Amino acid sequence: MDALGQYIVNGLMLGMIYAMVAVGFTLFFGVLDAIQFSHGDVLMLGAFAGLAASLGVSALGISSPWLQLVAVLVCAVVVTGLLGAAIARFLILPLHRAPPLNTLLATLMLGSVLRECVRLFYPDGANPKPFPALLPTSFVKLGTFGLRVDNIILLLAGLVVIVGLHLLITRTRLGLAIRAVAQDGETARLMGIDFSAVVLLTFGLGSAIAALAGVMNGLYYNEINFNEGLLLGVIGFSAAILGGLGNVYGAILGGFLFAGLEVLGSAALPALVPDIPSAYKDVFAFAVVIILMAWKPTGLIAERMSERV
Amino acid sequence: MSTLTPSLARGRGRGGVAIQIALALVITVYLWLFLQAQSQIEVCVLLVVAAVAVFAANRFGLTGRIEVATRSSPRAGPWCALIGTLTLIAVFYDVHYVLLLICTVLLFSTACLGLTVQFGYVGIANFAGAAFFGIGSYTIAVLAARTGIPHLLLIVLSGVVSAAIGSILILPVLRTRGHYAALVTIAFGILFQTFVEVNNLLGGPQGLHLPGISTFGYSFSDGLELFDQDVSFYVPYALLSLVIFAAAYVVIKRLERSWIGLSMDVVRTDETAAATFGIHIARWKVIAFMLGNFLAGVAGSVYGMMTGFVSPDNFTFSDSLLLVSIAVLGGLGNPLGLVPAAFIVLVLPQKLQFIQEYRFLFYAVVVIAILLFRPDGLLPRRTRQFFNNEVPR
Repeated sequence: MDALGQYIVNGLMLGMIYAMVAVGFTLFFGVLDAIQFSHGDVLMLGAFAGLAASLGVSALGISSPWLQLVAVLVCAVVVTGLLGAAIARFLILPLHRAPPLNTLLATLMLGSVLRECVRLFYPDGANPKPFPALLPTSFVKLGTFGLRVDNIILLLAGLVVIVGLHLLITRTRLGLAIRAVAQDGETARLMGIDFSAVVLLTFGLGSAIAALAGVMNGLYYNEINFNEGLLLGVIGFSAAILGGLGNVYGAILGGFLFAGLEVLGSAALPALVPDIPSAYKDVFAFAVVIILMAWKPTGLIAERMSERV
Repeated sequence: MSTLTPSLARGRGRGGVAIQIALALVITVYLWLFLQAQSQIEVCVLLVVAAVAVFAANRFGLTGRIEVATRSSPRAGPWCALIGTLTLIAVFYDVHYVLLLICTVLLFSTACLGLTVQFGYVGIANFAGAAFFGIGSYTIAVLAARTGIPHLLLIVLSGVVSAAIGSILILPVLRTRGHYAALVTIAFGILFQTFVEVNNLLGGPQGLHLPGISTFGYSFSDGLELFDQDVSFYVPYALLSLVIFAAAYVVIKRLERSWIGLSMDVVRTDETAAATFGIHIARWKVIAFMLGNFLAGVAGSVYGMMTGFVSPDNFTFSDSLLLVSIAVLGGLGNPLGLVPAAFIVLVLPQKLQFIQEYRFLFYAVVVIAILLFRPDGLLPRRTRQFFNNEVPR
């Protein structure tokens, strides 16, 4: 029972993080039909910005964990939001008319740049850094199973972000503009929507959500690493594809589905094949990505595609 | 242009050969200076000289004349390059380090020839190049240790195994396009690296040792003595790498010029049009993908034997990106551009010690700049010309 509960909490947590990354990919693809592959590394940078903020605040002598948390969140969101907008402005918009693979390649390389910058220029950035535990670590007893308070808070926070995004997209003028640009950029422009402003805002928004996911990831594992963005980026992209690129709810679904598969894999693999090292769970996860792509090439909720000749 | 008389055309052809020989001479001398340069200042001066020379050549129309020359007598260039490389190997016959650099450039260029077929001709973006390179290294490591198959045969076999393992990806790659296909290869690259890291039979994170190539009773790693001089044991490897690269280059060039290359180009530029003209899209994609992985595997096997050691650290996603950067930097689809690009990406950081630590950062920035400002690469691919007197476009 305890093990099962732990698997469920772990799955939900991973699912929340993956969903938040996948939402970014799908938003960017929606407005510009471009893949921003450095998204995972933007997330990593957000986590590092948060870490730097928490160190800075504690150096100022403020020891209240809640104030530190606020500083971490604000710093992470602002840094990545600006970075996301800058990426859109200086890398993705100029390459908009080029073949789509050029954008993919350029952003892959940008991911490399971000990774290397953190590895080389963040003090001792090549090693995993401990992330401060800013949330209360007490337990809530549910029968025999002890649920950690910080996990509950993280899950609720993730839920709030996702619901907030849903409201933003469906209920506000900005959301309307994003949807309009996603549907048809040209027509949206004719209707008086400032195309590039919407694109920049969308990229800022998506990147900020990724930063929140990065901070969540850091708080959950109490450790961040310059390399974590690559894996999270690939998984988030897979989740976005699984849900159908351009579909926000599909991306959230894809995130949870992928987390479920991964948890199932790490639970079922030792049962099926005895003596298998736990490290094979990553191999399993990526094998699943390849198989799913072969089975449903454009995702479970297929992207609407038509060929213009 | 079609009114050009044959004698005049022949005369221009002879001039073309002279220009190409002169160019090869200049490049060989330059490379000799560059490879033997010891101090950082020397290297920097040589780099500035190269930049000025390229700028001046563009300014005074020399580049155009070289291009006309290579076009009017296309056979001379490769021979000049071959002789130039042999000269360099002969000059540095006892300097291990320089020979190792030459081998590395040749082998990575071979692997990138494979990427060129995949990415540049049929348009499959393969972000798992290092994985296929690694499959070649691991295959030869395992087979050389456990079987008695001759090593030269093993090199071919490594390529075959690489292509065979790559064929797992054929179904997802054929069914997907663009971003989706890219994701499949990225996932495979990371899968391969984690797999060899956790697999104890393949040495895990420590990797495996390789014996070095021995063939016809002669072991490459023994070195040899010629004219009372000790010759570095890298010389046989350099010659072998040169043979492999030259063979691959000739095959790819022929392929490009043939109707096969034409079909592949159509598949890349417009699948719908290709299908309308009765071109079998899946067939060319499969052939290009297998051929590319075969070349990467062959290059990887020789590289593994040469360094005597394989470990998962050599085949990370960053290394795959490095291979793609070489292909893009050289000018996508242009096999000739790969060599200078490989030289810049692989040798420059070795020579300029202060960028060694920052090399992945350096490549990434260079590739982004290339994509933004010169998307066709250093030596852009030209429209193929079947006749000498065709008007260049």
